Amino acid sequence: MLNVSDLDVWFGDPPDRVDAVRDAAFSVSKGESFGLVGESGSGKSTILRAIAGLIDSWSGQIEVDGTRIEGARRDRAFYKTVQMVFQDPYASLHPRHSVDAVLSEALRLQGMGDIDRRITRLLEDVGLGKGFRFRYPHQLSGGQRQRVAIARALAAEPRLLLLDEPTSALDVSVQAEILNLLKELREEHGLTYVMVSHDLAVVGHICDRLAVMQQGQIVEIMSVDALRRGAGEQDYTRHLIAASQ
Amino acid sequence: MSETELSRPISRREWLLSDAPQSRRQAQLGALYQGWLTFRANKLAMFGLIILILLFGMAIFAPWLAPQSPFSQNLADRLQPPSAAHWLGTDSFGRDILSRLIHGSRITLFIVGTVALIAPVVGLLIGTIAGFAGGWVDQLLMRITDIFLAFPKLILALAFVAALGPSIGNAVLALALTAWPPYARLARAETLTIRNADYIAAARLQGAGPMRLLIRHIWPLCVSSLIVRVALDMAGIILSAAGLGFLGLGAQPPMPEWGAMISDGRIYILDYWWVAAMPGLAIFIVSLAFNLLGDGLRDVLDPKGAKE
Repeated sequence: MLNVSDLDVWFGDPPDRVDAVRDAAFSVSKGESFGLVGESGSGKSTILRAIAGLIDSWSGQIEVDGTRIEGARRDRAFYKTVQMVFQDPYASLHPRHSVDAVLSEALRLQGMGDIDRRITRLLEDVGLGKGFRFRYPHQLSGGQRQRVAIARALAAEPRLLLLDEPTSALDVSVQAEILNLLKELREEHGLTYVMVSHDLAVVGHICDRLAVMQQGQIVEIMSVDALRRGAGEQDYTRHLIAASQ
Repeated sequence: MSETELSRPISRREWLLSDAPQSRRQAQLGALYQGWLTFRANKLAMFGLIILILLFGMAIFAPWLAPQSPFSQNLADRLQPPSAAHWLGTDSFGRDILSRLIHGSRITLFIVGTVALIAPVVGLLIGTIAGFAGGWVDQLLMRITDIFLAFPKLILALAFVAALGPSIGNAVLALALTAWPPYARLARAETLTIRNADYIAAARLQGAGPMRLLIRHIWPLCVSSLIVRVALDMAGIILSAAGLGFLGLGAQPPMPEWGAMISDGRIYILDYWWVAAMPGLAIFIVSLAFNLLGDGLRDVLDPKGAKE
């Protein structure tokens, strides 16, 4: 589903150039859930943004569903295949757009018909009732906002969902709800996940495999079972696991 | 609406303030009502609004409200102090100052309204395009803005009027042309903070093109701060228009423009103070009202000041 190799991402021009990601490579197969973990600043979100086309300063190969991607331009087919959920639900919803406006715009842009029925279904999918349809973001809690953001991502009926720390801005109790929702949605819709997190417990809950990142490089790719056993091959991985226990 | 809600009649207020609106219209009206409640809580802003409503009423019904014609001269009655016959006195041609002020409110509103329609729209277009496009487009548009900003406003307006010829229409045009750069700056600054927001990225990921992002996502967020700015700038615009009138480059005699009326009274200011003071008072009250209104609007509209 997703193949990344030789990926370099940088910001700025020399002499101020910062290499955020160096030589990253991983692949995610259909239906799999893949985690990217590391400290803040390790470049994990940057990889997601490069895949999504939100950063244009990158080189290497990214292949989504067998199609090579270039630069920051993406075509309609890409947006129908790949969607993203952002970290901060307070920043990812337009403050002047109601839930209805957000979802109907997404559906319209994706060329969907029968918008009324689809909005109702999307809201049900993410566990929000019809009563939420005409609310504005300031009338929603953090968890409800993130549900709306997930519904927006699902509007395109994508197959690959990029999750950028979808729970880190939420309360602990709400985190669990959102994680369970993501798990259910993945089973229901047969989605593939790439999830960025600094929280090993979250990754352990959602993912099958994960890549550990340090200072822009992937130091190790391991299975979640190995993570649970605490069996990292690299010192840094073992250090990270020990720190999270 | 579901049955449970129909069974219990709800008041209009409850319907408007509902946390779970049932339709698009209810949600929009609810948001408007919320804004109105915030605005109403600001007593001074309400005071400003009431004055401006009165001003509008005055302008609309001027021919019926004014006790006399604003143009009828009576040299026997010239420079009369305020009295029962002439509430605000008469000017050097014996014209009733109150009548002239009432008719002058039309001119003031015309100037303010037209400038308020042109300048922010031009500023919004230029500012958001510059901020959103970035690169050389931004450079070009902002340097043009800088050039306009580098001139003193009134001097630039004077130059325009001098080139176009003195008339009220040209004065308005000149004021609008000199008033847009601050709006462009403001709109660009807002756009720069908005354009990298996650909700813009999310819309991009849905395939939204630049035009849609600009019109549907960026403009609605810039407009509110522009409206506040316009309301606060109104006073300045009225004063600039009065300044042009005072210099004889705006409204031409015998039009009862407030600034021109002050100018007429200038020579008599020591002996017949009311000739210049009355239109001055009118300008002062209207400017103050616009400032108060702008302050109240900021509480309602400015996203940064909003409760959240």
